[in-house]
Amino acid sequence: MNPDATPASVSSGSPVLQAIGLSKSFGPVEVLKDIALGVNAGEVHAIIGENGAGKSTLMKVLSGHLQPTRGELRIDGEPVHFSGPVDAERRGIVLVHQEILLAPDLTVAQNIYLGRELRKGLVVDDRAMNEGARQAVRDLGGDIAPDVVVGRLSIAQRQLVQIARVLLVPHRVVIFDEPTASLTPVETDALLKVIADIRAKGTGVLYISHRLQEVKEIADKVTVLRDGKLVATRPASELEPVDMARLMVGRDVAKLYPDREAVAARETVLEVDDFSVPGYAQHASFQLKKGEILGFAGLVGAGRTELMEGIVGLRPGRGALRLAGKPVHFSDVHASLKAGIAYISEDRKGKGLLLAKDLRENLTLASLGKFVRGLQVDRARERAALDQAISEFDIRTGRKDLLAGQLSGGNQQKLLLAKMMMLDPGIVIIDEPTRGIDIGTKEQIYKFIAKLAQEGRSTIVVSSEMPELIGICDRIIVMRGGRIVGEVAGEHMTEDEIVVLATGVKTGEAA
Amino acid sequence: MADTAAASPKVRRSWKDVDLRAVAPFVALALLLILGAFANPNFISIDNLLNVITRSAFIAIIAVGATFVISAGGLDLSVGSMVAFVASLTIMFMNSGALADPMMTLVAAMVLALAIGAACGLANGLITTVGRIEPFIATLGTMGIYRGLTTWLSQGGAITLRSPDVQSLYRPVYFGEIFGVPFPIIAIFITGALAAFVLYRTRYGRHVLAVGSNEDVARYSGIPVNRVRTITYVIQGLCVAVACLLYIPRLGSTSATTGLMWELQAITAVVVGGTALRGGVGRIWGTICGAFILEIVGNIMLLSNFVSEYLIGAIQGAIIIIAMLVQRSLVRKS
Repeated sequence: MNPDATPASVSSGSPVLQAIGLSKSFGPVEVLKDIALGVNAGEVHAIIGENGAGKSTLMKVLSGHLQPTRGELRIDGEPVHFSGPVDAERRGIVLVHQEILLAPDLTVAQNIYLGRELRKGLVVDDRAMNEGARQAVRDLGGDIAPDVVVGRLSIAQRQLVQIARVLLVPHRVVIFDEPTASLTPVETDALLKVIADIRAKGTGVLYISHRLQEVKEIADKVTVLRDGKLVATRPASELEPVDMARLMVGRDVAKLYPDREAVAARETVLEVDDFSVPGYAQHASFQLKKGEILGFAGLVGAGRTELMEGIVGLRPGRGALRLAGKPVHFSDVHASLKAGIAYISEDRKGKGLLLAKDLRENLTLASLGKFVRGLQVDRARERAALDQAISEFDIRTGRKDLLAGQLSGGNQQKLLLAKMMMLDPGIVIIDEPTRGIDIGTKEQIYKFIAKLAQEGRSTIVVSSEMPELIGICDRIIVMRGGRIVGEVAGEHMTEDEIVVLATGVKTGEAA
Repeated sequence: MADTAAASPKVRRSWKDVDLRAVAPFVALALLLILGAFANPNFISIDNLLNVITRSAFIAIIAVGATFVISAGGLDLSVGSMVAFVASLTIMFMNSGALADPMMTLVAAMVLALAIGAACGLANGLITTVGRIEPFIATLGTMGIYRGLTTWLSQGGAITLRSPDVQSLYRPVYFGEIFGVPFPIIAIFITGALAAFVLYRTRYGRHVLAVGSNEDVARYSGIPVNRVRTITYVIQGLCVAVACLLYIPRLGSTSATTGLMWELQAITAVVVGGTALRGGVGRIWGTICGAFILEIVGNIMLLSNFVSEYLIGAIQGAIIIIAMLVQRSLVRKS
């Protein structure tokens, strides 16, 4: 445990940054409703909530990236209006983005000073910038040479550079948007120390995460969002992680996952033997049984998605695949779909749906052959199929002629599922099935996956959300650095055991 | 267009639902016709209009092919050179006297033209898909190749159809008419109708638009992206060949400068017709309308005294920019 991270007493007085009655709508959808929030100097204020609860939107409004639809922001009690992120920065409100936003071909120093280069006359002063960058990184407890190209750094080092870049601006409130999402426990621990240091200098910190143990460690105050509404703001000392989870979900967490009967040993439908996807996954071997739900856990970049893409023919792969005992090889998705394997991408906007086309065209895209009569595509049958999909998958859409891009994330996911299920696959591979969708839809998707198993279909679920895998899977395979490092089932399916496998580090050491 | 009419009848449609981008080229055409009538009363005569539309046939038919390529996210700069190449080879075949019977010669020459066009298109398609070269660069290369081969075949001069028998047999294909409608105009509408059927009604057409809309989504949906793309170039080649079949009887001769800059006119027609250059949307009838607009603008300039006809190129260049600006502003409103 980091001694600096012990919560200081919650300070009183006027908050540095305050939101009053803040609401934000995108079109008809209200994603933030009447939020009241204050960040004090020298305090870490954690914002927690499920995906889709509105955390990121709130942070974007607070940092000037988005304009609120209603309500106001105050700094030191004075109403302010941010014209954009630069304006917010000028007033000392800075945001550390969730994604790494650095130019990989520039050096550490060039990235840190990008857009505010130090100059000597007409030329940039590289020496001063390198010195400043070295100091900025050292202040954060890091040791990175300032003239190294960012593309050669690890994710954790890049994040440090990104934080150093943000902190170069005179700041009063620093907002961290899920900074630990792709870090190992050791790196996470280092980052929490950095945040404690920032707090110690009297800066207010807003910290978004859905890792509750972390929040418990670092935060002084916790605000819970659910479906865009503020559910509670409490001192962190009064909340245990289990209480936070209950507040986030709004009910007992266990009920989120459908009850399933234990699966008896059944025949193997897919056998993957020493399968490699060059550059991403090495020597993977596993079996998938009929009617089984098999989970794939691991950190971001562990090679899970790439392994699945290799299996279905989206990437070149080497190794043996046996489908019901027969050797197969897929050179493209057309072949794997024909063999009854459907892969549902994690990137539903980029690889799953044509956002600019309507629901009907999206639904039938992968199975268009079924709708051809003579030379033509039979639109009447397509519309009938859409009607059926809308009711079967509970796709909530006011009009049936909307474009796919106009649906909410959850409804897009249902449409994507419906699209791939049109082919009636015996094996379904779902990558991140609930990323960025609301809790109600999540529950529906879990039920849907359970139903696939009931129907005798075999399912592989790739997910970074461990509770989800534990909640719905029969067993879970864990990958690290492109290799399968273990498998857990039954009572061994716990977050602790999975994290140990996924990181190669015992949690005890990390915390 | 067919899409809007066929959409679910349960949903109430209002004026706001009409896609302005689809309608804009037809409105522009109507405005031009009115403008032309004011500029010179002769303009609006049936004879003049039929004449103008007949002359637009080459670009219109080539541009229909370009609509496939562009809506699948590709580009073909080689069509102008391809016209010269295909037409030259076709004339050389007819001159060779390989077949004694003029009728047989003509039929064989037409089949040959279509085959060469398809082969040229296939080459473009394979270079961009299998060779994975940007379509701009790939067809810039073949543009030089087809043009250079033509120059070499003609030895820098002209290639002229010599046999008078074949000539007289072939003449009506451009100069003939059915019920008073010149044959090239009929050819435009048959090509357009076939193309619209393929693009809007068949599975292949749906795949073309999906590939142009988002290649990754198409690939993840099991669509053979490379095959779909390659076939668009073959369709383009066939359209070029059809245009050649109309072109040869008009002059009976080709040279190294035949079809010069036609690629730019074809792309202009496609864009003016409302097809997005980034792919995913294809408007066959809009493209044909775009080709009419280009020819009519030239005709109005000839018939009126406002602007020198030497400025036709500049005006056509301006049209493409204006068309893009109009489309952009229509997107913003919707």
